Amino acid sequence: MTALLEVTDMTKVFGGVRAVDGCSFTVEPHTVTALIGPNGSGKTTLFNMVTGYLGPDSGRVRFAGQDVTGVDAGTLYRRGLSRTFQQARVIPQLSVLENLVAAGGYSWRQLLTTRRVGRADRDRAGQLLEEFRLSHVADLLASELSYGQRKLLEFAAVLMSDPTLVLLDEPTAGVNPVMIDTMERHIRERHEAGITFLIVEHDMSFVMRLCDPVIVLDQGKRIFSGVPSEVQANALVLDAYLGS
Amino acid sequence: MHALIQGVILGVLTAGVFALMASGQTLIFGIMKVVNLAQGAMVILGAYLSYQLFTSFGLDPFLAIPVTTVIMFALGVAVQWLFLRPLKKDDRSELSLLITFAVALLIEGVMSITWHTTYRSINTGYANSSWSLFGYQITLVRLWAFLLSLAALGLLYLLLNHTRFGRAVRATVQNPESAKLLGIEADRVSALGFGLGAATAAAAGSVYGLLYPFNSGSHYDLISKLLSIVILGGLGSVGGAVLGAVIVSTSSAVVAATISPAWSEMTFFVILIAILLVRPQGIFGTTVRGAL
Amino acid sequence: MTRLRGAGPIAFFAVLASLPSFNLAHWTINLLIFTLMFAVMSSAWNLVGGFAGYPSLGHAAFFGIGAYAEALWFSHHPVSSGYEPFLLLPAIGLLAVVIGLPVGAVAMRTRTDVFAIVTITLLFVVQGLAFNLHGITGGSQGLAIPPAPFPAATYDRPFYYVLVGLLALAMAVTFAAMRSKVGLSLAALRGDEDKARGIGIRVTGVKLLAFAVSVGLTAMVGAVWAYYEGFIYPQFAVDPLITIAMVLMTFLGGRATLWGPVLGAFILESAQQYLAYQLGGSQVYLIAYALVFLLIMLLLPRGILPTVQDQIRRRRRRQALDSGSPTLTQPANAAATAGGGQA
Repeated sequence: MTALLEVTDMTKVFGGVRAVDGCSFTVEPHTVTALIGPNGSGKTTLFNMVTGYLGPDSGRVRFAGQDVTGVDAGTLYRRGLSRTFQQARVIPQLSVLENLVAAGGYSWRQLLTTRRVGRADRDRAGQLLEEFRLSHVADLLASELSYGQRKLLEFAAVLMSDPTLVLLDEPTAGVNPVMIDTMERHIRERHEAGITFLIVEHDMSFVMRLCDPVIVLDQGKRIFSGVPSEVQANALVLDAYLGS
Repeated sequence: MHALIQGVILGVLTAGVFALMASGQTLIFGIMKVVNLAQGAMVILGAYLSYQLFTSFGLDPFLAIPVTTVIMFALGVAVQWLFLRPLKKDDRSELSLLITFAVALLIEGVMSITWHTTYRSINTGYANSSWSLFGYQITLVRLWAFLLSLAALGLLYLLLNHTRFGRAVRATVQNPESAKLLGIEADRVSALGFGLGAATAAAAGSVYGLLYPFNSGSHYDLISKLLSIVILGGLGSVGGAVLGAVIVSTSSAVVAATISPAWSEMTFFVILIAILLVRPQGIFGTTVRGAL
Repeated sequence: MTRLRGAGPIAFFAVLASLPSFNLAHWTINLLIFTLMFAVMSSAWNLVGGFAGYPSLGHAAFFGIGAYAEALWFSHHPVSSGYEPFLLLPAIGLLAVVIGLPVGAVAMRTRTDVFAIVTITLLFVVQGLAFNLHGITGGSQGLAIPPAPFPAATYDRPFYYVLVGLLALAMAVTFAAMRSKVGLSLAALRGDEDKARGIGIRVTGVKLLAFAVSVGLTAMVGAVWAYYEGFIYPQFAVDPLITIAMVLMTFLGGRATLWGPVLGAFILESAQQYLAYQLGGSQVYLIAYALVFLLIMLLLPRGILPTVQDQIRRRRRRQALDSGSPTLTQPANAAATAGGGQA
């Protein structure tokens, strides 16, 4: 089986600091892969490069068998590579429903000829709202939601384009324990429905319950990848987290 | 070749006064994230004040600077307090553009009533004396203007780097949130910062009035040049503003000397577009606002 | 409610179309012509400054480009009928689009402040070109256009009707944008452009589309203006005050609404003409204008229509709470449609 996402020798330097330093890894289809590492190990920078937000200084990204290095974020999204942000970014002045509809990944023809929120959009978004228990707030502005609800909304929205790979940047950061369970349930359900996940996360018990395999980054390099049970036993990983 | 070198000399000497104007502009941006479209009008107002002191009391424009800077400082504080402070944070950058534009119109209106719209110039006894150095003409007043601008920039540097106010300003520029946590009152720093920006405009205005004839509409010519300089240098960077001023002034003086004065005003726009294509954040700007 | 939706615009344009038949005084129709010009331009500016959230300060450059294009065409072609220059309008709009696209592509790489600065610089450059390209623009001498061969009594009417047509076009374009996914995309990028990019919105495409349509409409108004005035000078054809008027009218009426810019134009242009008439000389007038400007920005930063809509929304919510009706989501519902739908 070929990898769904293949990152080769990726490097990014910010003002002399090598945020990502010759990093390579793969994400196999139908996995929930975790990307962990201490603060400043380059996880978010890597995310930004993979999703087309940031051009790498060197290295390549292949997605679904095609070289997508330097392809812009919108195109990648429309090809099935979605992401969320650490701080639950939604469009504040749009309604919850509109936030979903906006994320449909439309062609120019659709943009110019279909209604802002048409019946088909409403149906499609309605299913997601139901799935994420957001139907009752569908007509509120996204800025009026609680933080946890915004995280759910952001997750739900990136599913509008039927992605094959979803990158989640700290899905449980800043939300309460009940919401963490909710988030975990949604990821599991969607995983069973065939979506591949790559998740950056600090909550280790969440990672251990949900993810396989686990990739560990330190100082911009991959220092480990394997099954979760081996992570805690790995000397390099312990060094990276605890300092030698 | 002779024309080219003459152009470079002129450009560098003129750069001083533009650096002074632009440093105020970029300082205001750094502190408040406000692009002050009234900076040009404030410079012209400074020039008029200096003109008035010269014609009424015979006060030399260089000596008038302490007086005009104090007046303009007060005006700057008032503008910030009355018009910019009430703005809400989320739409401040957009509304402040329009508000400072309105302030520019207000100043223009007041100036055209007070001094009418005929061009004025400050004709001191030394206005036309010049030196000849290896065959190149150096107008005395331009040299003085240059030195004075350097001195004013030096003072600004000292103020920013060696006073409590300067520390508060730099903290606010770097990180407004933590500056607030450190007990720095944003409103007060903003008011003083805007005042300081206006004061540099006043000093630059006195110098500008010596070098060029001006009328109430002259601020339009200034503002686009100033804006190009601050973008070139990176919004918020005083050092960048100085370098931007040198680049813009020198290249337009060289174009004026070698091609035609009419086209020199276009030069900065070409530079601006080129910079934006290569490096949208300017030479010294480190962050692109609104990016990730 | 839905049945009535089309009635407002139809009534508005019916009244506009019938006004000249009341034999209005010359100054009234003159005022209306200028009001319409600004209503079209504010609506056009609203596409970029309101819906996309890119506050262009350079639109007057395109007004000037349209004006000069019209005047230049005259100086090379003899005119057979007074209506012919109007037929040129689509071509002039297209010319502005062709010039505007590369300009927009560069300028829109930057955000709010820097974008405003780049566009205002463009304005001064175009003004400088108008002054300096003597061979083409006649420099500060300006260009003259022969007066249209219309009968004196109804001289203004063709201009008036053409502008009513342009306003209908501008509003139709705005309405279509709001109702389609282009409008949704613009609203999303105005809210958070980087996020919008990441959810597959064609950010660069839609904002350039908005910019192109906007400057095209603006240039067409410039062309009508040049023909109406009969002479053009650089300082009036490329005037920062024209830009500012568009911005101010849109802000006053309400950004990103269909009727806001039109409302703003009708209020401000009348006020402006009145002030100019009462205060005569441009000096006091400039001060009065600046003060009005400052007051609007400080007292009504969101504009008339959004403020009124907010009041209605709040009142409805209060009523819903008072009556204890179970439809608590109703006000939010209404607000969402009001914000996105008609207005």
